[in-house]
Parts: sequence; C-alpha cells; structure tokens
Amino acid sequence: MKYQPVIGLEVHVQLLTDTKIFCGCSTKFGSEPNSQTCPVCLGLPGALPVLNKKVVEFAIKAGLSTNCSITPRSIFARKNYFYPDLPKGYQISQFEDPICQRGWLDIAVDGDALKRIGITRIHMEEDAGKLVHGELSGPGDGSGVDLNRACTPLLEVVSEPDLRTSDEAVTYLKQLHQIVTWLGICDGNMEEGSFRCDANVSVMPVGSDTLGTRAEIKNVNSFKFVKQAIEYEIQRQIDLIEDGGTVVQETRLFDPTSGTTRSMRSKEEAHDYRYFPDPDLVPLVISDEWIERSRQKLPELPEERRQRFMDELGLPLYDAEVLTSSKALADYFEAGIAAHSNAKAVGNWIMGEITRSLNDSGTTIEACPIRPGQLAELLKLIDNGTISGKIAKTVFDEMWRSGKAAQTIVEEQGLVQVSDSGAIESIIDEIMAGNAGQVDEYRSGKEKVFGFFVGQVMKASKGKANPSVVNELLLNKLKG
Amino acid sequence: MSIFNMTIHELHSALKGKQISSLEATSAMLERIEAVEPHIGSFITVTSEQALAAAKSADQLIARGECDLLTGIPLAIKDIFLTEGIRTTCGSRILHNFIPPYSATSWEKLRDRGAVLLGKLNQDEFAMGSSNESSAYGVTRNPWDTTCIPGGSSGGSAAAVAARQATATLGTDTGGSIRQPASHCGCVGLKPTYGRVSRYGVIAYASSLDQVGPLTRDVTDCAVMLGALAGHDPKDSTSVDTPVPNYSAALPQGVKGLRIGLPKEYFIDGLDPDVQKAMNAAIETYRRLGAEFVDISLPHTDYAVATYYLIATAEASSNLARYDGVRFGHRAEADGLLEMYTRSRSEGFGSEVKRRIMLGTYALSSGYYDAYYVKAQKVRTLIMNDFISAFANVDVMLTPVAPTPAFKIGEKINDPLQMYLSDIFTIPVNLAGTCAMSIPAGFSASGLPIGLQLIGKPFGEETILRAGFAFEQATEWHTRKATI
Repeated sequence: MKYQPVIGLEVHVQLLTDTKIFCGCSTKFGSEPNSQTCPVCLGLPGALPVLNKKVVEFAIKAGLSTNCSITPRSIFARKNYFYPDLPKGYQISQFEDPICQRGWLDIAVDGDALKRIGITRIHMEEDAGKLVHGELSGPGDGSGVDLNRACTPLLEVVSEPDLRTSDEAVTYLKQLHQIVTWLGICDGNMEEGSFRCDANVSVMPVGSDTLGTRAEIKNVNSFKFVKQAIEYEIQRQIDLIEDGGTVVQETRLFDPTSGTTRSMRSKEEAHDYRYFPDPDLVPLVISDEWIERSRQKLPELPEERRQRFMDELGLPLYDAEVLTSSKALADYFEAGIAAHSNAKAVGNWIMGEITRSLNDSGTTIEACPIRPGQLAELLKLIDNGTISGKIAKTVFDEMWRSGKAAQTIVEEQGLVQVSDSGAIESIIDEIMAGNAGQVDEYRSGKEKVFGFFVGQVMKASKGKANPSVVNELLLNKLKG
Repeated sequence: MSIFNMTIHELHSALKGKQISSLEATSAMLERIEAVEPHIGSFITVTSEQALAAAKSADQLIARGECDLLTGIPLAIKDIFLTEGIRTTCGSRILHNFIPPYSATSWEKLRDRGAVLLGKLNQDEFAMGSSNESSAYGVTRNPWDTTCIPGGSSGGSAAAVAARQATATLGTDTGGSIRQPASHCGCVGLKPTYGRVSRYGVIAYASSLDQVGPLTRDVTDCAVMLGALAGHDPKDSTSVDTPVPNYSAALPQGVKGLRIGLPKEYFIDGLDPDVQKAMNAAIETYRRLGAEFVDISLPHTDYAVATYYLIATAEASSNLARYDGVRFGHRAEADGLLEMYTRSRSEGFGSEVKRRIMLGTYALSSGYYDAYYVKAQKVRTLIMNDFISAFANVDVMLTPVAPTPAFKIGEKINDPLQMYLSDIFTIPVNLAGTCAMSIPAGFSASGLPIGLQLIGKPFGEETILRAGFAFEQATEWHTRKATI
C-alpha cells in the first residue's frame, strides 16, 4: 500500500525585545545564572505580570507578514503544569482568542509551482527557565534552576497539517525563518534555540480522507534535523502499520546523534493543562488604527522584493532569490545600485567576490568592510574603462584589506588600463619578434596559439592593457 | 484618653500638636499588644524594633513640620502583604520561612506617608476561611467574647482594631474577608471596587476577586486610609487608572434624598433576629436622616456562593501552584522531584487550602471546564448585571453583612458548607467587582457586634463613605469598646 504523510509544524520564535514579556528584566543570552530576574519572573508570591507592548507589536508584524487576521480582543491564558523550570507552576500563554489567526504562506515546491500552507494561529507566550545539571559550584550533586530565560517572549506559529513531505516542511520552515529574521523580530539562531520547531507527523493510505494518528516530535533544532526527523518518523509509522501495528498518539523526542525518534510520553501520560483565562491580565484590545499603523511600518517582504528585483531590474530568478536571502543583503544590494545603476554588475559582485570574502573571513554582510558605495566606485572604474575586470579583482582585495577607496588604490599602484594603441602595438611587436615560431604556427592555421599571445601581452603590460584593444591589434598583426 | 483607644484622626491631631510623639504612641501600642495578645492572638509577627525605629523617623518628620495624616500612626497589616525583610506567612506553614525581597505597593504607600508598622496580623491560611481558624499560627479570638471567632479571613486585622492593638489595619477581601470580620468585631471595614487598590505584592488567593482595604475605628479613618491606598499601579494590570477623589471631603454631605436599595434576597427568613432588629433600626435611622428606601431585587443572589466557590477555587488552584518547595518556602526532605513536590505541599498546606485546591483543579479539568468554570463565569455575569440594573434606581444598597453575629470557635470548623454560607451577603459584591463597607450597627442580646453593609456602585466609595459617616454621626455603636 502507498502512504500519504501529513505534517504540521509548531514553531517557537524567540522575540528580539530588550526586556521580558511580563517584566522589565533583560533578555540577554548567556549571563550569570539568575542574574536577570525579579519577583515577577521568579514567580514570587504577590508578583503580577504586565504585558510588554513591544511583544504585541512584534506579534502583529508577524501576523500581517503571514496573511493572518489580527484578533481585535485577544486574551492570555494560564497553562498549568508543575516543573522546576516553570516558576509559577503555570505558563502564561494564549489559548482561546490568540492574537493572530487564519494566515498562510505560499511556498515554492518543484520549481515554479506554489503551494499554500495554512497558518492556524500565532500566539504570544512566555518561555520557561532551564535546568542545569552537574555544573553547580556548591556542594552536593543536585540540579540547579536558571531563570534568566524565564518570561522571555515567544511567538508560537502553528501551521495547518498542509505539508506532505519533509522537503515541503523544510521549505515552509525556511520561509518562516526568513520572514521573522527579515522583520527583525527574531535573531533566527537555531543553535541557541531562538527558532525551534516541533513536528506533528501522521500517515494515511493514499486516497484516504481520514487522518492517521499523529505523533508530535520535539527538539528538532536545525533544518537538517527537521528533514531527518520527519523522514524517520514517516518510515517508522509506515513500517509499524505494515507490520500490523497501530500508531499511538504520543510525544516523541528526536535524537540528533542517531537520527531517530523515541517515545517521551504517551497520550495517557499527557498533561491536562487546565487552561483558563489569566485573571491577572486584562484582555488585549487592538484597534484597527494600531493594525493599520503596523501595516504601514512593515518593511517590503522578501517575496515582494524578489519580484521587484526581477520586474524592475531585470534580474534572473536565481539572482533575485540569492540577493533577497536576507534583508541585510538585499539592503546592501539596493544601496549599491543606488550609487551605480548597473544592477547586473552590482549583483554579480555581491554574489561573487563579496560573498566569497565574507565566507572566507567569517564576516556578516552587516560588518562587510567594503560598503556598498565603495563597491559602486570600483564598478564604475570598470564600466568606464579605467581598469579591467581582472585588475578590479586585485583592487577589490586591496580595498578589503586596507579599506582604501578604489580610485586611490588604482592611482597609487598605477593600475589604470592602457588603451593607447601605440603603446600596445609596440608590446605586440616585441613579443611577436621574440616568438617567431608561434607566429608561424598561427599563420599556418593553429589559431589556438592566439591565446598564448594575449597572455604574453597582458603579462608584459602587467595586466593593464585593455583586453579588447589587445585582441583587435593582435588579430590584425598576426594575420600580417 | 488612652493612646491605644485613639482613632487615626485623633492621634494625628495629638502628634501634630506635639502633645504626644509617635515613639510614645508606638511604645504604648506595643505594650498594649503584649498585654492583650495572649487572650486574642491577632498577630503572627510583632515587629517591635522596626516599629520603634520607624516611629523615631516619623518624629523627626513631625519636628520638621511634615506631619501627614498618617505620619507616625502605628498600623498593623494582614500577613498576606509582602514586607521586605519581614517574614510573610499568609497564615500558612508552607511560608513559615519566607522573607520577601520586596514589599506590597499598598503597604509601601502607607509607609511612604510615614505610617509605622507594628506587625503582621493573623488570618485564615491563604485567606481561605471565615473564622480565622484555618491559620497555621493559632486561632484568633473575638475581643468581645473570646470564645467566639473574630470572622475571617482578615480576622487578625479586625480583632486588632477591636482590641486596640493597632490604630487601624489592612486586610484583604475576596468574598467578605474584610467586611465579615469587621462586622463580627464591631469595626469599620471597606472593600474597595476591584481595581481601585493595587494587588501587587499581596499574596493571591483568587485574583479576579481579591481586593485590599482598611479596617478602622470609624468612617473618618476609613476615608483617610482609602485615600492613601487608592490609585493606579503600573505593576498591577488590573488596577484602574481613574482619579482618586478626596474621600474625606465627601463625608459631611449627609444622606438627604439618598436612594437606598433594600435587596429582598438579603432579608431572608433564616436571618438572625438580632441582626434583623439591627437592620430595622438602621433603616429607621436613615429615614430620619432623610434617605429614601427602595425595594429592589438581585435575582441571582442564590447562585452567588456556588459561583464563588468555583471561580475562587479555580483561580486559587493555579495561584497556589508556585508553592512547590523549589525556590522558597517549605521544602520537604525527599528522594526525587515528584516526592519533593507532593511532600512539601502535603506538609505545607492545611486542610481547607487542600480542599479548595482540589475543588478548583476539578473545576478546570478537561471535560468539566465548561460545566463548572465556564458556567460559573456566565452566572457571574448575570450577578454583575443584577447589580447594574439595580443601581439604575438606587445610589447605595443596605444589607446585613452576615446572617448571624460571630459564632463559637469550633462551631463550624467541621462543616465547610455552613462556614461558606456565612459569606452569603458579602460574596455577590466581589463577584460584581463593586465596593462595599461594613459599619457597626448594633449588638446582639449576648453583646456581640452586628454590622450593616453599604454597597456602592463601581468606584462609588465616596457615596458609601458619606452614608456610613451620616449613620455614625447619628448613632454611638462605633464608640463602644470591647472590654479587654
């Protein structure tokens, strides 16, 4: 029998606010344990939550960018369970009436075909703290609780079960990742857990319209692991059914070292979270004006920008996609073409020299030592014939190292291109005289030798001879 | 007059006129506490040293001519208010060792105006009770008859005022916990409108119902205390940002033409005859003063107690989850995490608290949520609407505070349902979120105080204070003192 996998993703997006969702403590990562805490995020008796407005603004941005409706009156709910990293014994989250509902993302699968993936809801919630095992400085071998992360703002983005393959899941996830980083509401760091994903996976016989029993897979914290975990889980469920077994509803944990999933808790062991509206927080009322203000402040999204690069600048799809892979890169590109209108050339240099140099030095585009205006100056020198493309690469390397302007480097090192035919002619004459054998070869029909002569002329001119002038003169002379 | 018998406004005049210093007043209070405490048990913690130091600071302010109404006034507060550096137990064993790192906004407001803290008052554990018998720190006795309960849960706060162990006190009221003990102990107790006073730093019992309020010797003091407590607190999202009126200025305006509603559901057959008699006399007094009476109905009153015990316990079951032994409070010796949780909570909580946690957990459980919690919320809306409709025709309502005067210690402790019914007239006010006050209105044949309740519109504290003041001017109940 053939099986159809059905996949839905729940993604936790840690928001880039300076302070926590319900108190004024810093959200900075990696500080001394429990140094960023107060009565509220420690869950002390009597402490009360106060909502951080920035979190609401970020949630609205995320909702508008994923085609969601913004709920005019949304409420916070308590999710009750006991765990040492959860100071109040409940997590403040949203249950009924989350802030964003009924959105979608169109993902590209199999080339140009677009597929619409529904987004059920996006809600705001607080993160828990974390347990520290075996690293305590004090006596004994107990576990410690670090509550620096407690009360850090999260968005949970819940998709409809519209995904059918692991590739679709990864594509959707990457697109969502691009949007939240593009909006500047999340740093997207999957290793530090700023963007983390749980996958709900089930299989059903092809043609069936009854969904199979699903397993929820936790702890899949890279795009690669998402693919691995989903593929493993699909196969596990199919094998189980083929062997006469039944899939049980459960939570499974992905083990990145073995690439497998294992049972964490069954449905029977599942918590009854006893959600109810948090009486400490009043309903969150979002006016149409607020939504409209947010909509106007939204940056141009990657999809729109990609389309504009193709339509207005005539870039091919591939170039447009690469140049919009991050907002910073797209901004760099746009600053470049503002200073030099040859979009194709600016794009090629960014995708080529700039990207290579960034990779080699482990630098980000934001910290690129050559600013877009400086790159544009370099490209102008090529386009107006001052230097050749080959020389430009030398100049580029020097700009990267020294931070000097292209013009300065060209002048200091005397790299201006030689287009004067008299000067080039005398070099050609000299070389032809010294390589009579090759001249004869060419003239007897071995035209491949032409390249040898070009190379010699360029070498003799230290690369400065204008290649098109060299070609033309050389051709005439060799033909005699 | 003995210092400990004085009201806030009397003591303030004496302090301001330099007839007496705060240090003298505070010392006198501490001596009084020491003398009567063995018979009453109002306090969990007496903070003598801090009190004397605070009194000295207050005297310096007064010497500089900075004598606010509360400067140098010795107060005591329920042990539900967090006090930085001073143990705060909430009447529970689970917090026997809890020393808070911060203070409640309401206490800070009083302290910032120069008030002196005498100590932390006894209460029902986590404010769950109507008799002060559920405290882990011993029962509190009614100063009028020490074989009787003082009421609860702010029983210590009421008893301390009645026994003149503090000039005034702070309590909290979730279902009547200020008004019922005030009634039983013959003092004035006000539950402000929900959102009027900050809940920040007050240990939560039922967050949508809890409200802070004063217990005082007279209405004048009550207005002073409320004025100091009221106001928006950015740390409490449910506190309301509406201007604080000058409550004291409103007092002498009288009740001529005031329309007072008598809800028929509150004058039931089972009402104690002495209570009925006191109500009748009070109605006569108000009539004489020029008020008009209107018969009204609050038709959903019968459902209030059941509604309350679903909503309050549901919220409590979640609010009390933080007492898990991990970060503060009592932690039992145990081998594993689960055992640590269960043993810490089993040892730390008393039986009434456990009963309510279980009730509330049940009401929120999957499969029962709609039938209990959601249904209760709907009934709560009906009860609120009852009040809104009735207040379209009246300015205030007059009702008994409790169906009977104070009962005997031990009388109802094994009958939770009977105990819960002692709050039958106070609970609807919390569900409706509005304000109400208990003022002394007579005595039973056996000499126990009886209070009357004045219920106001939301943020209508001025009106009930004015009505209470007029009654107080026309009667002498509030001047009687327990002979202790």
